[in-house]
Amino acid sequence: MKKFGFVTIGLLFALAIAIFASPFASSFPDGLEWVAEQTGFLHLSEGYAAWTKSPVPDYEMPGIGNPAVATALAGLAGTLAVFLAGLGLAKLMKSGKSGGSAA
Amino acid sequence: MHIPDGFVSTELSVAAFAISGLAAAVALKKAGKDLGEKQVPLLGVTAAFVFAAQMMNFPVLGGTSGHFMGAVLASVLLGPLNAFIVMLLVLSIQCFGFADGGLTALGLNVFNMGVIGGIIGYYMFRGILAVSGKSKNGYAFAVGAASWLSIMLASSVCAFEIALSGTAPLKVVLPAMAGIHALIGVGEAVITVSVVSLVAGVRPDMLHTRIAEAQA
Repeated sequence: MKKFGFVTIGLLFALAIAIFASPFASSFPDGLEWVAEQTGFLHLSEGYAAWTKSPVPDYEMPGIGNPAVATALAGLAGTLAVFLAGLGLAKLMKSGKSGGSAA
Repeated sequence: MHIPDGFVSTELSVAAFAISGLAAAVALKKAGKDLGEKQVPLLGVTAAFVFAAQMMNFPVLGGTSGHFMGAVLASVLLGPLNAFIVMLLVLSIQCFGFADGGLTALGLNVFNMGVIGGIIGYYMFRGILAVSGKSKNGYAFAVGAASWLSIMLASSVCAFEIALSGTAPLKVVLPAMAGIHALIGVGEAVITVSVVSLVAGVRPDMLHTRIAEAQA
């Protein structure tokens, strides 16, 4: 199926970015962090987190010594998790609430 | 522009949870109508791509970086409500799974990137398309312009939220946020136009807003 091909290629593309490109991502502060640093309120976010049970904090798979490998594995796990959650949610929404107008 | 814990007041945080929660309830109820058979796997792939691409921070200017948001991309592919669902899903998994974006700020992040980026972004795209969209180039222009505007609007609203919380004065934080995001938005536009053009080339039927429909 062509449809299957498109989805598979799209997913492989996303996984390739997550695994091979993300370890080379810029580690400079992002726009908001930079503004917070310049303006002097970055410290407000330091040392406090309302949720501390993230399995993969800061996109580094725990227990992996090599940071590039840790990030690549975090990307792999996250991308697959998001794909499966999205697929499951879309199936639920489609089956439960298609409302008769879906093509 | 994922807001961490500590930047915004409790009042604003609670209000944003209420608004984003309401938006989520409406979207979860109605977005299924917008999903054809082939959009079901497409939603999963779009969310996966947005997550992966958001990990790719690119350097911007003088020691700053930015990353893709993907809200307009999702809305061009899937329509406004499903774009909101994609952002809701990605932001929730980033928050709970990867400690990216504070839990107390999740309502605000969903509002900024899901409601403004995904839903308002979609209507900005359609508005621009109504003027520009008689050709492939017009379509690409609308995608690019809406992508840039979605970053400008979301980051400016983020600045308002920080100012409203008393964290920093608006006259400082708004120009700073808008200034740096004017550059990050160019990256957003380039990535979104590239991906949409790629999809339009191989599977134009996958676009929620078809180019042919725009030409009609």
